[in-house]
Amino acid sequence: MLAYIIRRLFSTLVVMTVVAFVVFSLLYLTPGDPAAVIAGDAATTDDIARIRANLGLDEPFLVRFGTWAWGLLHGDLGTSIFTKLAVTHLIAQRVEPTVALTLCTLLVAVAVAVPLGVIAAAKAGTWIDRGVMAFSVLGFSVPVFVLAYILILTFSIELDWLPVQGYHNLSDGVWEWLRHLILPSLALGTVYMALIARITRATMLDVLSQDYVRTAQAKGLAPSSVLIGHALKNAAVPIMTIVGIGIALLISGAIVTETVFAIPGIGRLTVDAILRRDYPIIQGVILIFSAAYVLVNLAVDLSYMFFDPRIRY
Amino acid sequence: MVSLVSRLKPLIAAACLALLAIPAAASAQSQKVLKFIPQADLRILDPISTTAYITRNHGYMVYDTLFAMDEKFQVRPQMVDKHEISKDQLTYTFTLRDGLKFHDGQPVRSADCIASIERWAKRDALGQKLAESTDAWTAVNDKTFRLKLKKPFPLTLEGLAKPSSNVPFIMPERIAKTDAFKNIEDPVGSGPFKFVKAEWVPGNKVVYVKNTDYVPRKEPPSWASGGKVVKVDRVEWIYIPDSATAAAAINAGEADWWEQMPPDLIPLLAKNKQVTVKNIDPLGSMGLLRFNFLHPPFNNPKMRQALLYALNQQDYVIGIAGDPKNGHPCYSYFTCGTPLSNEISADPLKGKRDMEKAKQLIKESGYKGERIVIIDATDQPIVHSQSLLTLEMLKKLGLNAEVQAGDWGTLITRRAVKETPDKGGWNIFHTWLVGPDMVNPAVNFPIRGTGDKAWFGWPTDNRLEELREAWFNSTDVNSSKKAASAVQQRAFEFVPFIPTGQFILPTAYRSNISGVIIAPMSLLWNVEKK
Repeated sequence: MLAYIIRRLFSTLVVMTVVAFVVFSLLYLTPGDPAAVIAGDAATTDDIARIRANLGLDEPFLVRFGTWAWGLLHGDLGTSIFTKLAVTHLIAQRVEPTVALTLCTLLVAVAVAVPLGVIAAAKAGTWIDRGVMAFSVLGFSVPVFVLAYILILTFSIELDWLPVQGYHNLSDGVWEWLRHLILPSLALGTVYMALIARITRATMLDVLSQDYVRTAQAKGLAPSSVLIGHALKNAAVPIMTIVGIGIALLISGAIVTETVFAIPGIGRLTVDAILRRDYPIIQGVILIFSAAYVLVNLAVDLSYMFFDPRIRY
Repeated sequence: MVSLVSRLKPLIAAACLALLAIPAAASAQSQKVLKFIPQADLRILDPISTTAYITRNHGYMVYDTLFAMDEKFQVRPQMVDKHEISKDQLTYTFTLRDGLKFHDGQPVRSADCIASIERWAKRDALGQKLAESTDAWTAVNDKTFRLKLKKPFPLTLEGLAKPSSNVPFIMPERIAKTDAFKNIEDPVGSGPFKFVKAEWVPGNKVVYVKNTDYVPRKEPPSWASGGKVVKVDRVEWIYIPDSATAAAAINAGEADWWEQMPPDLIPLLAKNKQVTVKNIDPLGSMGLLRFNFLHPPFNNPKMRQALLYALNQQDYVIGIAGDPKNGHPCYSYFTCGTPLSNEISADPLKGKRDMEKAKQLIKESGYKGERIVIIDATDQPIVHSQSLLTLEMLKKLGLNAEVQAGDWGTLITRRAVKETPDKGGWNIFHTWLVGPDMVNPAVNFPIRGTGDKAWFGWPTDNRLEELREAWFNSTDVNSSKKAASAVQQRAFEFVPFIPTGQFILPTAYRSNISGVIIAPMSLLWNVEKK
């Protein structure tokens, strides 16, 4: 297994190298000029040209890529063209909100969706099953921002229970931290609840029709023991796969939620950087994203061994 | 069991305390914190290297100016205690007030002021004009410095009191020596607030604390002049990109003041008795339609004049501001409501729209059906609404027009392209400028006709430049108005751009806020929070 992990980690480096080159090339070809954004509305063409020269943006492609890659090899992701702050500092500022939002969303989604999917499978064809599936369809259909506004209107404006926007670090106190995450997690988690509930139901239905489940029932085991001890454990691999994909999607997919709830996360950092053509930030964030994707996939693959002892690497 | 519970009691109590604890906020509880939602995200800290209004507003927090303009457009001393002008108008001597200190504790010296003004003069249009007339700046001593001119420049003090971008803010000499085309990284000023760089989260929060060493003037505040008395301990700029969320934050009391709100949300906030929705900007902003003079069809003056007869400013005002109460037509090349605004030669833009006359001019221009490309930024509602209205107008005139939409970052890059529209260039773009940026021929940069050196669109008109130069030489109010009218008259012939109306985006603040200064920029001193 150790050799497998080392191989996968090595492939991460290869992936990141390819990503680095492709992203740099794409940004080079993308229309937009940070010098024009810096100069402001009143600038002239000459002003922009001088700022471009100062920023080194008029250097040839290979020189710029070489400079950036050399910095990268020394652990330096560069400096924001606009704020003049280190990209690593800017990413570090944003990691906690995004990780917190991702974990809370997954926690909410899994805690609600897996039991719902199991119950729907166990009660297949009944109104409970139809109710869960109706919720799933609704969860898929309602855009995150609409749900977010409904939650804000209800819980922040009308009931005044939870804050409208913002994020507090964990160091500000657990409750302060948590209360700023409840609504965003619910808004973002609903679509994942719908997804995981549907996958859980479908996988469970498949497993419940297997002979060994019938045998367990024939042995006289309690229904809950059959469902959780036998069926759910065997259905866990596809569910874990979808949760893993969910984690990867959430890291980058929280942009809308971060925007609506004004959470200073990685998603918003990326969008803001793209709108302003702050190349070092875009390159740095995408590199981090690609590493996170590969590592999450590795963790999911390794988790299969826990749920299914037949799987070995 | 009971004994186990009693043993765990301290642990449970500690856990509850940890859950409810707000340690970092505890010290801030006793402080008066003003939470302000700014119009944009602060990204650049250097108010000289950019003209972005958000950076200008940051500049007013952190820096101070030698002079400032008041609400009657009069120049008032600010950091300067007294100044003398020689009889031949060639020598200005300035003496600084006592007690001026930078945030790093160093006193403000003549050398700091000279370096700051020289850096500003490399970027600002009015500053460049002053520099053309300047012989030398010299420090007499640490508190007194002198400006020697080669020829009289009547706008010297107006330049030093310029209220909008670029504002001649005073920085320490070590910072002001930075290349004017490079961003400074150390925002040390001598203004009423100190920037807290450690708490700056770009895209989210900017923190300022009261500068307790600041010595305000005794006069009451008027625009950026007078006493800058800070009445809160700390100001937090919280950038909320989504306007519906910003409205909810104001409604819920999570923020105290929203600088600029979109018109469609006015009814929502107006219902809340705890919130005041108000126009506090006396000059508002001016929308404008800019032509590209390098390519057909708008390299022909008749085509530009044709649009004067067709463009209905009222439509643009409603398109931008939503409600006629938040704007009005302005048939002047100079901001309406300011001394030089007038309606001389504005008849083609005023009154009932004359589409037939417009079509006749188009015919006379020899328009051959060339494609007209309007570049648009859909992420900027003020630009986007104007672009769509212009498309509709051009189509009504039978012109072959299309909108090519992108984001603001793409628009401002593309408008610098001089190629033909089919090779990535353009024919028309829209933007807007705040009122102070269009008050006179010195600051009104879109009116310039200097060809390659002019603003995007690159018009060449020597006559316009001559008339502008003549305005600089005017020595009194009447001659200034007369010269500005001549500039406008020529502008309506040449049509360097078309003003699309004047509008105001209102502000909203909670009822516990008082002392908001009526000014064309958001100023946060004098504001009290109960």
